[in-house]
Amino acid sequence: MEFVFTEEQAMIGETARAFFAESATSEHTRKAMAGDGIDRALWRSFCGELGLGGVALPETYGGAGLGMVEFALVAEAAGAQIAAIPLAGSIAMAAHAIAAGGSESQKAEILPRLISGDVIGACAGTQMLTVDANTISGQVDFVAHGAAADLFVLGDTEGAWIVRRDAPGVTVTALTTMDQTRPFARVTLDRATAEPLPKGQQALQTARECGWVCLAAEALGGAQAALDKTVAYARERIQFGRPIGSFQAYKHRLADMVIEIEQARSAVFWAACAVDEGSDEAALALHAAKSFCADTFFMCASNMIQLHGGIGFTWEHDAHLYFKRARSIQTMLGNGNYHREQVAKMILGEAA
Amino acid sequence: MKLGFSPEEELFRAECADWLNAQMAGEFRDIKGISTLTEKAERRKEWEQHLGAHGWGCIGWPKEWGGRGATLAEQVIFAEEYARAGVPGRVNHIGIELAGPTILTFGTEDQKKRFLPDIAAGNTIFCQGFSEPGAGSDLASVRTKGRLENGSWVVNGQKIWTSLAHISDWIFVVTRTEEGSKGPKGLTFLMMPIDQPGIEIRPIKQINGDAEFNETFFTDATCPEDSLIGAVGDGWRIAMGLLAFERGVSTLGQQMAFRNELDAIILDAKANGAASDSLVRQRLAKAEIGLRLMRYGALRMLSNTDHSKVDGAALTYKIQWATWRRNLGELAMDVLGQAGEVTDNADYEWTMLPNLFLYSRADTIYGGTNQIQRNLIAERGLGMPREPRGDV
Repeated sequence: MEFVFTEEQAMIGETARAFFAESATSEHTRKAMAGDGIDRALWRSFCGELGLGGVALPETYGGAGLGMVEFALVAEAAGAQIAAIPLAGSIAMAAHAIAAGGSESQKAEILPRLISGDVIGACAGTQMLTVDANTISGQVDFVAHGAAADLFVLGDTEGAWIVRRDAPGVTVTALTTMDQTRPFARVTLDRATAEPLPKGQQALQTARECGWVCLAAEALGGAQAALDKTVAYARERIQFGRPIGSFQAYKHRLADMVIEIEQARSAVFWAACAVDEGSDEAALALHAAKSFCADTFFMCASNMIQLHGGIGFTWEHDAHLYFKRARSIQTMLGNGNYHREQVAKMILGEAA
Repeated sequence: MKLGFSPEEELFRAECADWLNAQMAGEFRDIKGISTLTEKAERRKEWEQHLGAHGWGCIGWPKEWGGRGATLAEQVIFAEEYARAGVPGRVNHIGIELAGPTILTFGTEDQKKRFLPDIAAGNTIFCQGFSEPGAGSDLASVRTKGRLENGSWVVNGQKIWTSLAHISDWIFVVTRTEEGSKGPKGLTFLMMPIDQPGIEIRPIKQINGDAEFNETFFTDATCPEDSLIGAVGDGWRIAMGLLAFERGVSTLGQQMAFRNELDAIILDAKANGAASDSLVRQRLAKAEIGLRLMRYGALRMLSNTDHSKVDGAALTYKIQWATWRRNLGELAMDVLGQAGEVTDNADYEWTMLPNLFLYSRADTIYGGTNQIQRNLIAERGLGMPREPRGDV
């Protein structure tokens, strides 16, 4: 038992932090926001030069073969900069779904291209798709980065399928989305050609779990960044002849952010490590991490606006990017009440 | 990063559990499940000696001082199994967690020989003389005076909130030994035997009807000249060093006691139907999540060996558990309903959960109030300007 990063893990975290701090600038992110929500240059260098796209995917397909702890370190660093990249949809969800439930040929064909960033994937579940021969029909709402995707992993309670963007019967409608760094799209399928994943439910379960880790870690990074930026402002902004950070009402709100962030940090790496170790606590840890970290991020991002005063309400300031990402993470892949209800079922002994 | 335990460690866990369960089923079954620090105090002192005699007194201490030199993982395991077996809290927790490590770090060889084996053996119970009526959050404003006279320290003044003073053998006291000094300067850290005419202890009845805390009066109380830890005037540094020990492995044992409290609430909620209320379910889940995060926060803090940087997990730990437990007390009462507001006892004595509700109001006050904790987090953790001091 040792709850500290190994040297290799610490190095991955440091590398990722430095990379995103340098490359995922506000200027680039805002250009991506005006388009489809993806900073292509950033995604290319993240997957290509940095080679971290497949950090937790098998080496056979071009990944690094590491685990969720390492992936969480990367997602945390991306979240800290609200990087406009399809890390959740293309890697955490689509690629990990295919790795977990795809056929050998599906993996061999698609994974290397998702990992290299040449192909962008998106992944979502829905209530019910209609299957007819090798086609599916139905509508999937709120597909993150869906308008930019080249292929989709879509599933319902019966199975999961790979659907190519350019297949006949596929209509993708970009939705104007509050969080412009991860906009949603509606995918409408009318007898669209679809390739089933042999282990569909396993694929979707893995996509959810990796997605939860990804969002929780992004939220942790975002919350810490919101705090750091607010602390910097508290030092430089003078009112009543003193830095505003010297007022106790202000300090205590900063302290409350620290208290939540420290717990969020424990939650992310507990969950990631529990998944890696196959611990029987993993399910509980994932529900805890997703709900707790999302709430922490929202609390910190809303404090960020309040504690910056008027400037925090402007489009020009980055506070709203954090605020909107936080709100989006709260609802994505199950809201807090859903995750806490799962925990309640477990502790009350009602788990199915 | 590794959260699981090795097979050897799991064997150690079984050994701990077997021994503790056997004691709680045998000679010490009369103290099993006690949740306050005051009930059956004399038997609890015998339990301390029993632990010591079997080598379980202070397992994390070096062997030469009566410990086992246990690894962090082993200490974590023992603390968890201790609470899981329903063993009541350690009445010598001040000695084990605060006095002992302070003597080990700052004491002379002679002091180590004199005190450590006896603490580990459960023969010497310690209490803590820090707070005064005029020195609560502002600890550095202590006024209790100490002066050296004919080879002895002579102490006059008053301490307050001395937890378990009435069953303790020794008290460590922060005294002002430099006439006219102010604040953290001129303080000296003394260890005094309690059984002497110059020390009087009066219990303070608390909102739960119990009396764990005391007022301690010093009237020409004495101790030998070599009873000081560190140097004359070094008391503040020693006291601050001591407070840092408060976040040791014992926190994990404390968490297992919290586990027992939450489990009791869950059982009650299932029994009385509160568990079908979706708001109660959300709060139970939040409590569960908070407790787990406390455990992993503590493991993170204990695993961290890099003390060159401020450790956020350590800095936020006190306010985190205190607030969590106070909320738990409120949840307990919401689950119990009016049944929680009456007791079967003719005396004003409460079962675990109503007592938790009342006692936990102290958690967010002692050892640094939540407000002081927030100041510390903002000032030490984030480097915000310090609160100005007044002149009054």
